[in-house]
Amino acid sequence: MTDEATPIPDYPFDQPHVLEPPREWAESRAKCPVTHVRMPSGDVVGLLTGYDEVRTLLADPRFSRDLSRKGAARLSNTEDGGLFSRTTEGTADIQEGPGHQRWRRLLSRAFTVKKMEAWRPRVQEMADELIDAMIAKGSPADLREELALPLPVRVICALLGAPSEDQDKFAYWSEVALTLTKYSQEEVDAAQQAFHDYASELVEQKRAHPGDDLLSELTQISDSQDGRLSNEELVSTARGLLLAGHETTSNMILKMTALLLSERERYEAVVADPELVTGTVEESLRMDPLAGVGIPRFITEDIEVGGEPVSSGSSLLVSLAAANRDARKFPEPDRFDPRRENNSQHVTFGAGPHFCVGQTLARVELKVVLETFARRLPGLRLRDTPEQLRQREGVAAGGLQELWVTW
Amino acid sequence: MKITVDQDACCGSGLCVIRADRVFDQREEDGVVMLLDEAPSPEDFEDVRAAAAGCPTGAIRLAE
Ligand code: SF4
Repeated sequence: MTDEATPIPDYPFDQPHVLEPPREWAESRAKCPVTHVRMPSGDVVGLLTGYDEVRTLLADPRFSRDLSRKGAARLSNTEDGGLFSRTTEGTADIQEGPGHQRWRRLLSRAFTVKKMEAWRPRVQEMADELIDAMIAKGSPADLREELALPLPVRVICALLGAPSEDQDKFAYWSEVALTLTKYSQEEVDAAQQAFHDYASELVEQKRAHPGDDLLSELTQISDSQDGRLSNEELVSTARGLLLAGHETTSNMILKMTALLLSERERYEAVVADPELVTGTVEESLRMDPLAGVGIPRFITEDIEVGGEPVSSGSSLLVSLAAANRDARKFPEPDRFDPRRENNSQHVTFGAGPHFCVGQTLARVELKVVLETFARRLPGLRLRDTPEQLRQREGVAAGGLQELWVTW
Repeated sequence: MKITVDQDACCGSGLCVIRADRVFDQREEDGVVMLLDEAPSPEDFEDVRAAAAGCPTGAIRLAE
C-alpha cells in the first residue's frame, strides 16, 4: 500500500557501496508484498521483493512482458521509455504465449546441458588465453578489460558464428539499448538502427555462406518458411543473443570476483577446495548485490499478489536480487555460504516460461573463470576497497565500471 | 515416489538434468525434458526433490 504521508522513493535505490544491497530491499519485504517506487521516467510502479511472489508472478501469463501497451509504465527517461517499452517490428509474436514457446524451442536445443558441457573445453581455452595475456602484461589489471568483457563476447560469437573483433561495437550498442538515464533518444535510435543493420548483415552472410554455427542453423530454419521463425524474428534473435550473451555474463564475472575477494576467506576456501566452485558460483549469483532494475510486467487483469489487490493496467517491477535475500527462502540471507543447500534456487535467471535461455552457458563460463582463477592465481586480490568500487550508472543492467586486481 | 513431467510447461532449462541426470534428460530437438525413470530408486530421491523444487516452470510433479 502506498502511504499518502510517505513520499514515493526513487528507483533504483542507492546502495551503501556496490557490494552492499540497498536497505530498502529488506524494508520493502517487511512492509508488504507490493511497495511503490518512482522510475527515472517519473512513472510509479509496484515493486515486488518477496521470493514466492516473484516466482508466482513471473510464471503467470496474466503478467505481460509487453510494456509497449497503452498505460504501461516507462522505466527510462528517454522518450521511448526504455528497452522494455520498445517494440521491434515483426517480433510481437515471439514475446510471449505460444509464439514465445515456438521461439524458445528453436533456441533451447542449442543450449541444452549436453551441448553446453561440450563447449566447456573451448570456454576453458579462451579463458586460459585471456588470463595468459593478462599475466604477461602484469599486475595490476582491470579485469573488465582483460577477461570479463572479452570472454563472454568470444564465447557467444563463436556459438553464433559472429566475428568477435566487433566486441567494442556490441558493447556500445548493448549499453545504449539498456539506458535508464545515460543516453539520449537520438543516441538510442542511432544505436538501435546500427545494431539492427549489423545483425541483418550477419544473417545475410550466413545465408550466403552457411557454417557450423547457431545463426547458420537458424537462418536455414527461417528460410525453410515452415512458420517457425520469420526473417525479422531471426534478425532480432541474433541481436538479442549478442546483447544478452555478453552484457549480463561479463557483469556477473566482475561481481562474483568482487564478492569473493572483498571477503577473501570466500576465495581462499575455493582455492583450498575446488569442490566448492559450483556452490560458490551459485551463492554469488544468489547474493548479486548490483542486479540492475529487475524485470517489469504489465498487469492485464485485476489480480492479487500476496493477498494485496493489483489492478489491471498497472505495472509491477520484480526485483530478483531482493527476492534472493528473502529469509523465508534462504535463512540468514546475507551470509555467504557456498554449502547452502538450496542456493541454486535463486531467481537471478528469472522463473517461468521466460527463464533465461542462456543460463547454462553463463554457469559454465562462471565456473570456468572461478576454477581457473583458483588454480592459476591463488594470490588474487582486489586493488581497491569495496567503498572505492564504482558502478556503471544510468543503465538497466547492474555492473561495475571496472575491477582492478593484483596477484 | 512417482514422477510426472509436463512437457508443455517445460522451458527447456535443463536444471533438472544437472541435478538428477539418471532421471531426467532433454530432447535433442528442442531441449524439452524427458523422463528417463518415472519411479527412481531411493538414492535418487533427494536429487529429484531438488530438481522439482528448482524447476523454473514447476513442470515436475512428485507423488510420494
Ligand atoms: S528444470 Fe523444469 S523447465 Fe527445466 S528442463 Fe527440467 S522440467 Fe523443463
